[in-house]
This record gives sequence, structure tokens and C-alpha cells, in this order.
Amino acid sequence: MRIIVDRTRCTGLGMCESVAPGVFEVNDDGEMELRTATVPGERLAEVEQAVACCPNEALRLAP
Amino acid sequence: MTGHLVVVGASLAGLRAVEAARRTGFTGRITLIGAEEHLPYDRPPLSKAFLDPAGAPVPTFRRENVLQNELGVRLLLGAPATHLDPGRRVVVAGGRNVPYDALVIATGAYARELPGTRGLAGVHTLRTVDDAVAIREALDSGARTVVVGAGFIGSEVAAAARRRGLDVVVVEASPTPLSGAVGERMGEVCAALHRRHGTEVRCGAGVTGIEGAGRVGRVLLSDGTTLPADLVVVGIGAVPATGWLQGSGLTLDGGVVCDETLFTGVDGVYAAGDVARWHNPMFDRPMRLEHWTSAAEQGAVAARNALAPETAAPYSTVPYFWSDWYGGRIQFAGIAGEDEVRVVEGEAGGRLVALYREGDRLVGALTVDAPARVMKYRGLITRGASWSEGLAFAAERRRRTSGDLDAGVGTDAGAGKRRMPA
Ligand SMILES: Cc1cc2nc3c(=O)[nH]c(=O)nc-3n(C[C@H](O)[C@H](O)[C@H](O)COP(=O)(O)OP(=O)(O)OC[C@H]3O[C@@H](n4cnc5c(N)ncnc54)[C@H](O)[C@@H]3O)c2cc1C
Ligand code: SF4
Repeated sequence: MRIIVDRTRCTGLGMCESVAPGVFEVNDDGEMELRTATVPGERLAEVEQAVACCPNEALRLAP
Repeated sequence: MTGHLVVVGASLAGLRAVEAARRTGFTGRITLIGAEEHLPYDRPPLSKAFLDPAGAPVPTFRRENVLQNELGVRLLLGAPATHLDPGRRVVVAGGRNVPYDALVIATGAYARELPGTRGLAGVHTLRTVDDAVAIREALDSGARTVVVGAGFIGSEVAAAARRRGLDVVVVEASPTPLSGAVGERMGEVCAALHRRHGTEVRCGAGVTGIEGAGRVGRVLLSDGTTLPADLVVVGIGAVPATGWLQGSGLTLDGGVVCDETLFTGVDGVYAAGDVARWHNPMFDRPMRLEHWTSAAEQGAVAARNALAPETAAPYSTVPYFWSDWYGGRIQFAGIAGEDEVRVVEGEAGGRLVALYREGDRLVGALTVDAPARVMKYRGLITRGASWSEGLAFAAERRRRTSGDLDAGVGTDAGAGKRRMPA
């Protein structure tokens, strides 16, 4: 699975990072960076939760 | 699963419940019951941008067409539920019997009123969009404003009045505002924000009377002061909306009592959002939150669990909320552990990061105008970090940013800039 970020929606709050650190990271400029574009199988559940909890609906998973 | 999912409460948690049900592939019928006439809308803006003179539109989440046709939801709005009969699996709403196979209770909370003020024009609580419209109109006419209760919502209203240059006094009965939410020391720090922006805060003063002929004219305080007022906004907390569940057999004790999967203990019935008091495994204690994030997440979890009880998943979370005052943002993650609170970046009076300890565990983080920080601490708390790990992390942040809390501000406005999906 790949993570797709809608940059027009992401505000860099970092809710995703708090759920799946190391996959998502808000940098010192307040921008959220993906540390990996494809989700390692063992972290899928965590990333799914991160996608669901983004308050801005900025995240999506695609095959 | 097919069958009929009924969701009572057409707001954030209720909306997320119906959306999650469809996302998991539920093809049965869904009915969403709401007491208000309005389509589900977002509440946090009501005490923020919505109160500005420009007059922001109602922050509706989804258009009616999307709810009915794309999500296939039958809407019963303006139809308060009055009764639940779990034996027959029926909800009575707006005088109609609505049978269910699975039920999600998401009736939220309503604002506590000041006794004896009902019917007096110019006195408002702030929970609904109708309340917000009335308050905005009063502010538009330049009302001298008294806010009763220095909680988050009252504080935001005070900030909105000050943005317009209006005189505003905040009256708080307890000696320190927000001590329950952020602890006494940080409550004091927050109160100082008001004073710095010209809002008078009177702590330890109870309201003994609100007077006026048909319309409010003045507020009397226990210390003998009389405050002239054209608008009184009462922000003294919220009460879970469980009245309609009396006699249903559900356990009601400061909310609808649920286990860690949001199950009420009554077949097919789950609860979510501000109304739910569930066992939060993260802190191993029962909690009822009044926060946007958990209401949204619980709505989704409750629906999925209600539709597949045999695989019900627990809901475990580090609570998170934000509040916007005077152009700045207060954010809090976790719980206000009472063993210790320590400012680890910045300083009281300005931007800061403060951490809370319970035993040897890091349990909470408060930030004032340091938005890029709070979620990193939330992550640590989620992973059960010790106090010393929290302090070490803070030291590392200080080193990396040379104590510059500006690092990360800029693009990171957080959830207050949440765009409203059409
Ligand atoms: C002014 C304001 C500002 C806020 N700001 C913030 C903030 O900055 N950050 C933050 O984290 N949180 C904030 N919150 C809290 C957040 O909005 C709530 O946590 C969230 O709305 C809870 O969602 P809910 O769906 O559980 O309940 P609610 O939003 O309370 O919705 C419950 C719905 O159920 C309906 N209902 C009640 N009884 C019945 C019945 N018997 N039958 C049918 N329907 C019924 C109600 O009319 C209501 O529409 C704020 C709240 C308010 C009021
Ligand atoms: S939670 Fe959403 S808005 Fe916040 S940083 Fe992650 S993707 Fe962006």
C-alpha cells in the first residue's frame, strides 16, 4: 500500500505522526513529511489508524 | 452484515459512525436521528471564527445530497429521541418507533445553564449554531459582555469580543480557571493570557444574580460587585445528554457507561462521543471526554463494533484538544497528571511546552503557541514513555532548535484551519 497526502488539506498538525511515528514526521518547518512512501506490512494497522485519525482527511491509502 | 443501523445524535460522532459503517462495506439500512433541524455541523468554529463580524457560514460537514444519496442515510432531523426499549430493539424519536438491529448512541452533551436565567434575553450558553448566531448578533451590536466561566469555550468568546474591541469581563467561581483541565499552575498561565489582552478576569467570584427587565442589564457577584452587561455568555460546562435513556436499562453514571469497546452491556447498543463514559485502556480508567478528536474516532469505532460485535476492537487514546485565544493556540495531549508539571521549553507568559508527570510516567503535554510540538509528545505518551524519556526528548528538541519555538510554526496551524469538506 502507498500513502497519498493531499497537500491542499494537510496543515501539519501531526496527529498522524503521533499514531505512526517514523512513517509520518512533522519537520522543524511544520511540514509533514513521509518517511516512507510504501507501507511496510507490519505497520499497516498503525498507518490505517493514522489515516483515519487525520482531522483534515488529508491521507489516503492506495494499492 | 445487513439489517438496520440506527444512530441517535446527528453531529460529529454520529456522522463518523455512518461514514465508517459504509466504509466497512455495510449495505443495510442506516437511519440518523437528530434533535436539531440542522444537518450535522462542526462545533469548534462556533466559538472561534464564526463569532467574527464577517459572519462565517454554518460549518456543515456534508451536504444533504451526499448524506442521503452517496451514503444512503435516512435522515430524521428535528426528531429528538425520547425513549429506548432495548428488549424490543426500538428507539422512539419524534413520536415514531424506529426499530434497529444495531444502535449507536451519540447524543453528545448540552450546555449547563445558570439557574433562573431562562427567558431573560441576552443570556446565552454556546453549544449550537443557533446559540452562536444569537451571540454573534449581540457582539455585532457592540454589547458589553460578561462571560460566566473561564473554561475553554468562555475564554474563546472573551477573545472574540476583544478582537472587536469590546469590553469584556470573565467571571470564574473557582480560584484558578481550567485547573481541572490543565492543572492549577498552567490554569494560571492561561488566565494571564486574558489579562495580557485586556480582558478582565475575576476569579473566586460567584454570580449571585443576573438582573434586567426582560433583558439582561447587569450581573451581580458574590463580592458585591455589579457588572453592567448587554450580553452574558454562560460557559460553565456541559452535561451528557442521557435524559432520554432513563429507564432503558443502560448504566448511566456521568454519561453512558461503556466498556473499552464502547459497548454499553446491552445487546447491540454502543455509545460514542461526548455522551460516552468508556474505559480507556491507555490510562486504565473510565473517561468521558468533550474533545473533537475522540468524538470523531469513537463514532467510527462504535459503528464498526456495533456491526461486528464478535470482533469488537477497543478504543484506546491519548486525549487531545486545542483552543484558540487571541490569535494563539493552546494544545493539550494526555491528562493533567498531578505529581509534577514542568515547563521544558519557553516560559510562562509566552510560548511554552509543559509536561505532566504521574508516578514515573509522562502523561500529559501542554503547549502554548508551539503547534509543531504537541503531537510529538502525544506520540511519546501513547508509547508509554517514562518521565525521564520525556525530559530527554525535550532536551533534544531544545538542542536542535536552539530553544526557538518558532521552528515549526508557519505552515502548522493545526486543526483550527481544518478545511470543511463540501
Ligand atoms: C462552542 C464549542 C467549541 C468547541 N471547541 C473545541 C475545540 O476547540 N477543540 C476540541 O477538541 N473540542 C471542541 N469542542 C468540543 C467538540 O465540539 C465536541 O467534543 C464534539 O462536538 C462532540 O461531538 P458529539 O457528536 O459527541 O456530540 P455533539 O456535538 O454534542 O452532538 C450531539 C448531537 O445529538 C443531538 N441530540 C441530543 N439529544 C438527542 C436526542 N435525544 N435525540 C436526538 N438527537 C439528540 C444534539 O442535538 C447534537 O446535535 C467545542 C464544543 C463547542 C460547543
Ligand atoms: S494528521 Fe493530517 S493534517 Fe495533520 S499532519 Fe498528518 S496528514 Fe497532515
